[in-house]
Amino acid sequence: MSKQINVALIGNPNTGKTSVFNSLTGLNQKVGNYPGITVEKKEGICKLPRGVKAHIIDLPGTYSLNASSLDENVVIELLLNKNDKDFPDVAVVVSDVENLKRNLLLFTQIKDLEIPTILVINMSDRMKYKGISLDIPYLESELKTKIALISTRKNEGIDNLKDLIFNYKDLSISPCLNASDIDRNYFDNLRKAFPNQLLYKLWLVITQDVNFGKTDRNVIDAVADFKTKTKADLKRLQQKETVKRYQFINNTLKKGQTIDLSTAKDIRIKLDRILTHKIWGYAIFLVILLTIFQAIYDWSAIPMDFIDSSFASLSEWTKNSLPEGAFTSLLAEGIIPGLGGIVIFIPQIAFLFLFISVLEESGYMSRVVFLMDRGMRRFGLSGKSVVPLISGTACAIPAIMATRNIESWKERLITILVTPFTTCSARLPVYLIIISLVIPEGRFLGLGYQALTLMLLYLIGFGAALISAMILNKVLKIKSKSFFVVEMPNYKLPLIKNVALTVVEKTKSFVFGAGKIILAISIVLWFLASYGPGEEFNNAEEIVTEKFASENLSEEELQKKIASQKLEYSFIGITGRAIEPAIRPLGYDWKIGIAIVSSFAAREVFVGTLATIYSVGSEEEETIKNRMAGEVNPILGGPLFNFASGISLLLFYAFAMQCMSTLAIVKRETNSWKWPVLQLVLMSAFAYVVAFIAYQILI
Amino acid sequence: MQVTLAHLKRGEKAIITDVSSINIPLKLLEMGCLPGNAVELVQVAPFSDPIYLNINGTHLAIRKETAIHIIIEITNE
Repeated sequence: MSKQINVALIGNPNTGKTSVFNSLTGLNQKVGNYPGITVEKKEGICKLPRGVKAHIIDLPGTYSLNASSLDENVVIELLLNKNDKDFPDVAVVVSDVENLKRNLLLFTQIKDLEIPTILVINMSDRMKYKGISLDIPYLESELKTKIALISTRKNEGIDNLKDLIFNYKDLSISPCLNASDIDRNYFDNLRKAFPNQLLYKLWLVITQDVNFGKTDRNVIDAVADFKTKTKADLKRLQQKETVKRYQFINNTLKKGQTIDLSTAKDIRIKLDRILTHKIWGYAIFLVILLTIFQAIYDWSAIPMDFIDSSFASLSEWTKNSLPEGAFTSLLAEGIIPGLGGIVIFIPQIAFLFLFISVLEESGYMSRVVFLMDRGMRRFGLSGKSVVPLISGTACAIPAIMATRNIESWKERLITILVTPFTTCSARLPVYLIIISLVIPEGRFLGLGYQALTLMLLYLIGFGAALISAMILNKVLKIKSKSFFVVEMPNYKLPLIKNVALTVVEKTKSFVFGAGKIILAISIVLWFLASYGPGEEFNNAEEIVTEKFASENLSEEELQKKIASQKLEYSFIGITGRAIEPAIRPLGYDWKIGIAIVSSFAAREVFVGTLATIYSVGSEEEETIKNRMAGEVNPILGGPLFNFASGISLLLFYAFAMQCMSTLAIVKRETNSWKWPVLQLVLMSAFAYVVAFIAYQILI
Repeated sequence: MQVTLAHLKRGEKAIITDVSSINIPLKLLEMGCLPGNAVELVQVAPFSDPIYLNINGTHLAIRKETAIHIIIEITNE
């Protein structure tokens, strides 16, 4: 028994499948991608009795094996491909005790593939509350399976599930529904043509438009003959199949499940009277959003100040304790300030992910979809576009992937195209530092000016997304049928463990993903800022000393002049001054110009870049913010970061498309370079124009 | 005139009598929107679209344009 048992976790959305996954694997999990597509692949290891290990895959949630999205395709592709290394030895279907009837539909489909299947009935803690009682032995014999009644919330029944997985060889593999009952004639012909194949599997291959992997190609080509039926006929048969399945399920549950409605309480209906109310619904949504922004601003201030000063001291300490040389200065002036520029934003990003995962886990997000659908349709979007637009405040990449459940291609494409306008967490570092430099600290109606400015920037982002969606809706000539079905799950108190895992996982991938880019860019920048060609750089000391000889400067002032002369004639200074004419009308100097150019890789690089540029050649310990506050406008005098240039910068970052990873995802999701290129050019040009106008008016 | 789900008012209950499967996504059928099942209108969004239904114990929201393809018989409780 050295081989691992392959386990696939399958289930409807909102059944607590991920909680079951977390309970089974604990922290032994990793998140990757399926090859070639951006669907998240979660897998983990679970220790079973007698040293046996189970390899568990958490498949994307799906309502049935009839896939209607890329995520759902993953499920059916795996289950139909016996040669896949992850093909399950045993399937674990997770269901929710309150929606057993609907959840069993998927269960019967998987049973019919003749894969050993365990049925998990989750949320057993709610049975009493809902007046539900189950006859488990009866259900087990009717459904030809083993049932694990568990509660991930109370941590009950998990060991029983592990035992069932361990003994998976005892499970029956007989199907629930005889496929030929759907249409005798049709299926008899199918059986004659493919005597060795499973009928239900053939039926799935015929009715799906999925890629089943190389091994099943020959089957696909061969069944082409059986597509003689029109699409409408096939769909009628699928409906008949669904009816048959529900008949079987209803008969089984009639005896196996009793629901005493007199003891059942439904908090959902009561809550939904208020939360989806015409007026209160929107008011509550607005209050929630306001709370989130205030929290991100106020709560994270303390840890951020701490991180900022810690990095400044670390940089100083490195400089003093390591022997002087190129490596030390690379470390102290390039890498440490660069990394500090990203680490400082961990508190805020963690808060953002915390709120988003709580909104999703609790079931509230579906209500927002419901409330917003009609309004969003005016802009050519769907209510479901709200989820990408909100999660876009964390990061556009998962947000664009979240558009997959939008049924209409046109609505989906528009959502993908406008999502990068929403204020993602990578813009946050830029906004926060600029706001703290140029917006005064006062309060208005209990809300700080700075928090209000941030809120305004978020609104500008959403506004830009909506207006461009409206334009795209008019311009794009795509005809596509739109279907809109959204489940309104029961409200759940989010599990702390799930939320914590999400926050840690997402924050980690943000920091490491961005960290790598920032590290690389800060090393390159440090090099470019520390070396330069020609006399002006290499003989800076002599030139400056000579130039200011008559002015009787103190040693300190002279050192400063030398450092700035060196920076100006370094490689980066030369490049920066070359692009300066283009950005001067926006109120920026060449250093900001360099930061903007490097943030086309990723926006959050901005702060790190400025930190690196400013710390090269500087002696004293300083926080990033103080360094920026001390910069002087070389032409006009006064602080470089003043109200006009600050607002201009904020607007530039609000609109410009500066994220290579997002462009790559857009290319993958739309399968064309046309759309990402369009985004890059149009958004950035628009950003330039707006920043230009803002600066020229405010100056 | 046929009575469809789009005619249902808030709080009213009905039985689904027919669905035009061509115009309805399979997903909706699979979530329980099938002839014979009971349906209740829980809530309507502003401008009465989309509508929030309880079909056979499953709570879901659909648009009016889909609801007109689901034929019902209103049962007064």
